[in-house]
Amino acid sequence: MAKIVLDTLRHAYMPNPTQDSDWALKQLDLEWEDGGAYALLGPSGCGKTTLLSIISGLLRPTHGRVFFDGQDVTDLTPEQRHIAQVFQFPVVYDTMTVYDNLAFPLRNRGVDEKHVDQRVREIAGMIDLTHMLDNRAAGLTADGKQKISLGRGLVRSDVNAIMFDEPLTVIDPHLKWQLRSKLKELHQRVRTTMIYVTHDQTEALTFADKVVVMNQGEVVQIGTPVDLFERPQHTFVGHFIGSPGMNVLPCEVADGRPHVAGIAVQAGGSGNLGSASGKLEVGVRPEFVRFAEAGDTGGLPARVVKVSDAGRFRIVEAEAAETRIKLLVPEGGDIPQEQAHLLFDPDHTAVYRDGWIVA
Amino acid sequence: MNKTHDNKAWFFVLPVVALVAFNAVIPLMTVVNYSVQETFGDNVFFWAGVMWFEQVLQSERFHDALFRQLAFTFTILLIEVPLGVAIALTMPKKGPWVPVCLVLMALPLLIPWNVVGAMWNIFALPDIGLLGRSLNALGFDYNFTRQPGDAWFTLILMDVWHWTSLVVLLAYAGLVSIPDAYYQAAKIDGAKPFAVFRYIQLPKMKRVLTIAVLLRFMDSFMIYTELSVLTGGGPGNSTTLLSIDLVKIALGQFDLGPAAAMSLIYFLIILALSWVFYTLMMRNEQQ
Amino acid sequence: MTRTSRYVPVLYILFLMLPIYWLVNMSFKTTNEILGEFTLFPREFTLENYVTIFTDPTWYMGYVNSITYVAINTVISVLVALPAAYAFSRYRFLGDKHLFFWLLTNRMAPPAVFALPFFQLYSAVGLFDTPLAVALAHTLFNIPLAVWILEGFMSGVPKELDETAYVDGHSFWSFFLKIFVPTIAAGIGVAAFFCFMFSWVELLLAKTLTSVDAKPIAATMTRTASTSGYELGLLAAAGTLTIIPGAFVIYFVRNYIAKGFALGRV
Repeated sequence: MAKIVLDTLRHAYMPNPTQDSDWALKQLDLEWEDGGAYALLGPSGCGKTTLLSIISGLLRPTHGRVFFDGQDVTDLTPEQRHIAQVFQFPVVYDTMTVYDNLAFPLRNRGVDEKHVDQRVREIAGMIDLTHMLDNRAAGLTADGKQKISLGRGLVRSDVNAIMFDEPLTVIDPHLKWQLRSKLKELHQRVRTTMIYVTHDQTEALTFADKVVVMNQGEVVQIGTPVDLFERPQHTFVGHFIGSPGMNVLPCEVADGRPHVAGIAVQAGGSGNLGSASGKLEVGVRPEFVRFAEAGDTGGLPARVVKVSDAGRFRIVEAEAAETRIKLLVPEGGDIPQEQAHLLFDPDHTAVYRDGWIVA
Repeated sequence: MNKTHDNKAWFFVLPVVALVAFNAVIPLMTVVNYSVQETFGDNVFFWAGVMWFEQVLQSERFHDALFRQLAFTFTILLIEVPLGVAIALTMPKKGPWVPVCLVLMALPLLIPWNVVGAMWNIFALPDIGLLGRSLNALGFDYNFTRQPGDAWFTLILMDVWHWTSLVVLLAYAGLVSIPDAYYQAAKIDGAKPFAVFRYIQLPKMKRVLTIAVLLRFMDSFMIYTELSVLTGGGPGNSTTLLSIDLVKIALGQFDLGPAAAMSLIYFLIILALSWVFYTLMMRNEQQ
Repeated sequence: MTRTSRYVPVLYILFLMLPIYWLVNMSFKTTNEILGEFTLFPREFTLENYVTIFTDPTWYMGYVNSITYVAINTVISVLVALPAAYAFSRYRFLGDKHLFFWLLTNRMAPPAVFALPFFQLYSAVGLFDTPLAVALAHTLFNIPLAVWILEGFMSGVPKELDETAYVDGHSFWSFFLKIFVPTIAAGIGVAAFFCFMFSWVELLLAKTLTSVDAKPIAATMTRTASTSGYELGLLAAAGTLTIIPGAFVIYFVRNYIAKGFALGRV
């Protein structure tokens, strides 16, 4: 097990990167605590798989170093780094039995058979494969095969970290949940650093203690699932996480305060915004928008255009000054016909300049 | 894939059946017909029963040809399959050289078979051929038209030259279909190159190698044109394989009865051995 | 990969090129030079052998004949194999497995076995010494092969494609010709390539079924070699010219070669 540090990492797949878009990874400085459960979350093509391959040693970064417990491992192979990885499509050695698959990494390292047998049986028990140890691996279902891939990482006692590259892609939906909670449980038991790459926010938020959100080759936020939800550092995070995503409304500044469509909006902690340079936006999650009731003052005048039922709450779309704002109304809550006023919860409303939150 | 049960699909296969039946059934019947009759010329035929079959099966000449055939087939399989796999393994997986390699390697497969024979003939001639002349210059007493051992050497070298590429291309097709993740996983599991070959590459190549072995087996049993141009079965009868012998009997001596009987036995041997090969390899795969 | 193993393909290709080099080398030499001395490059470079081939109709008609029957064969084989392969890949029907196996057994039939009966058959139907006879005879092994290859490619196309097309109101033939055939275009190319290849290289049947009018080029060469004995330069030039169509065809399918040789079954 090890603490992983990434120092000014950059990577490009082409030989001579010139412009910004040539870089698959723009610039990264990260620290991964020993024994943590991390998720790398981002849309397809954001560079998360590239980053994973750099950490595991399958790819050498164009620039920057990788450290495991202070040791520079940038030029070491995955084997020398003691990394295990579970791939998107299950990789098993078809001609071997489940038992031999699990024993393979140990036998390659010259571990004696008695110890191999003991480890394999122990791990097989953990991942519920004991009853099929003698089966051919080729005959297993996709989730069984993914368990074998994981098991091959777990049997080794020297593993620094286990990487998961979208491991649930080919798993049936009803088994996804099972496998996910199994993973969580295993992490709590073995306490190995685990890094889980996915584009699915539910997978990331339920698995990880800390989530690293990436977009276009950059890390936009690192935080606990709660941080990401309550205080998105970037409008991208607000958009990407949560369903529906955060409302992002263009605004301008007057008297040092944000105004949406000419109406002043309270945003907690933004203080005096001063001069209005850059593109300014106000971000607020649908969970923190409500209709003004009798006794409330002010609010953004809006017109209700669409209501859709999502079970325990309803998603209302309202139109205010050419932009659409979504808000959640709990079951039984009133929805005004046509004209209404919208109020934002100041503690959960933030101002963003060029996408980034204004401190 | 779930297939629909529908006998009307027969209409789709009808043209194929008609054409192949015309080409296969009528000539086959002709052969069967000859094989059970005796003639004394003038197109007069008599029922001969299984006489020709007995005669062929008991003749030393047939035994020798069959033995030479088996020796030839297994020798070239033993050389071409491992060599082809080895070359496929060392080929680059991508890059500008891949199509160049593939095109050059496929070239021998598209040369008419008698040109292959003629080309090797002038290549190996001891006086004017590059190979023959070089071997003699190096101190070997080499003359494939006189010495049976040299004739066999040349024949096998020619077949390796002609057909190894087929194995290479098939094995290569199997190799490039292996996803990168397998190699990465093996790297992570600390597998040595031999383990990668044994547990990843070989299993993934199995299907295509089955095709390769089957094709090479069948085609080597049928080899005729290249061989007849290169050595004509000589010197003596030393390179007379089954098909050469058959043509000698059928077209050379016009012994239709024995030739027909031999044809059928020959065909049945190929069918039977191919079937055995096929089931063995398929059973292996299902385990 | 170690450094030395990178030379294996290079060495192999060199080995493949040596006899071809010798053939081409010889085709530019005069008969005197071939028989008189041993030279790695033609000392008296001559195009005479090629001139002879391109001016003498018995030579160049050989090319025309060969190309004609190969083309006819390729077209017939692929055209009749298409619906049959579709039937095998999509339907179960009475005797389908036996039929498929029977087709494949014809690929195993040695031409030497069929040479004489073919001669009699095609003489009887009056096709002897026509390109059509050779083209039809070659369907014996090319149709099974084409069906096999096409079936492999078609099985890779999900059946949902057919169903979607019917739901969209296509008739069977409009679906088959406008949607299905373009989808498996690569497979058709590969099948055509193989038909071309095996028809182009086969000679025993082609020679047996022709005498004068439809004689293939390769057979003309055999005659030269046996009758006029020592016209080796001419033989080499003719041989060199038979390599060109093959090289030309491979160049066109170079991107499908790897997959094509696995017959769509990797």
